[in-house]
Amino acid sequence: MDDPLVIAGEEFGSRLILGTGGAPHLDELERALVASGTELTTVALRRVDPRAPGSLFDLLARTGIRPLPNTAGCYTARDAVRTAQLGREALETHWVKLEVVADERTLLPDPVELLDAAEQLVDDGFVVLAYTNDDPVLARRLEDAGVAAVMPLGAPIGSGMGIRNPYNLAIIREAAGVPVVLDAGIGTASDAALAMELGCDAVLLATAVTRARNPVQMATAMRHAVEAGRLARLAGRIPRRLYAEASTSNEGLAEL
Amino acid sequence: MTVTVRVNGEETPLDDGATVADLVAALGLEPRGIAVAVAGEVVTRRTWGERGLVAGEVVEVLQVAQGG
Repeated sequence: MDDPLVIAGEEFGSRLILGTGGAPHLDELERALVASGTELTTVALRRVDPRAPGSLFDLLARTGIRPLPNTAGCYTARDAVRTAQLGREALETHWVKLEVVADERTLLPDPVELLDAAEQLVDDGFVVLAYTNDDPVLARRLEDAGVAAVMPLGAPIGSGMGIRNPYNLAIIREAAGVPVVLDAGIGTASDAALAMELGCDAVLLATAVTRARNPVQMATAMRHAVEAGRLARLAGRIPRRLYAEASTSNEGLAEL
Repeated sequence: MTVTVRVNGEETPLDDGATVADLVAALGLEPRGIAVAVAGEVVTRRTWGERGLVAGEVVEVLQVAQGG
C-alpha cells in the first residue's frame, strides 16, 4: 500500500519511529531497528565516552536509518536550543525532536519552555517535531509556532501505561494541520494500534521495544500493530452500539 | 607552554594556542558524529580550526548516544 508518512515534505514508508534509548546491547538494538521497519530513529547527544563499546553512529550509517536527534534531559528552552544546535552539528540534520521536560519524576513537557524553544528553533530554520502534552490547546499553539509535527504523549515516558486520554488525542488529531505522532507511553502492540486507530499519523516508541524481554519480536509486533491500526483507521470502524445487530438475516428462516 | 581547559568536566592540558580541531584530534576522535560547545556556545565544524582555546574555558565534546 502506498501510504507514506509525510513530515515537512519528506516521505517515510514506515509510520513507526523507533527510538534507540534503553537498549542494553547495540547488536540487539540493530536487529530490532531492522525488524521494526523504521526509517527514522531518535538519538541523543552525550559527552564522548572513549570506553563505549561499539558506535551508534556506525550502526546508523550501516542500516541507513535516518537519525532524529532529541533534546532529552533539557529543562529549559535555552538548553534545548543549544542541544538542538549540537545535534545539527553532530548529525548534519536540521531536524530535531524537541523535548523540554518539567521534572524528573513525571518527565512531562513544560509547556512554557517548550513553546519558547519551538519558536526559537523554527526561527533558526529547524524542522521541529515537538514532544508535547495531550493538550489540544498547546498542540495548536505549537502548530501556530511552525512545528512540523506535534507529538502528544499517551502516558509518561517509559511508563508503558498506554493511551490515558484518547479523547484529547482525537481532538488534537481533528484540529491539527500537521502530522500527529503519538510519542511516549506505549507499552505493547495494542497501544500502538489504538493510537493509529484514533487517527495518529505515526507512533514513536523506544522503551516498549528496547526493554521488552525479546526486543526483536516486540519490534516486529509494533510494526504490524502500526500497520493494522492505520489500515483500520482508513477502513472506517463500525459505530459502537449498546445492543446487538444481527449480521445474519432472518429472511428465509425455516419454520420449525 | 600549556594551557588547561575543562573538557567534559575534566581539567585537560593543551598546547598554548590549541584550537578546537587540535583538541578533537588530541582526544583521538574521528570528527564525524562529534559536536563541540565552548563556554556554552556551539562551535560549528567549519570553524573548529579557527576557534582557539584559552586557559580555564569550559568545553563540551559530545557524540551520538542512545535516546528515545
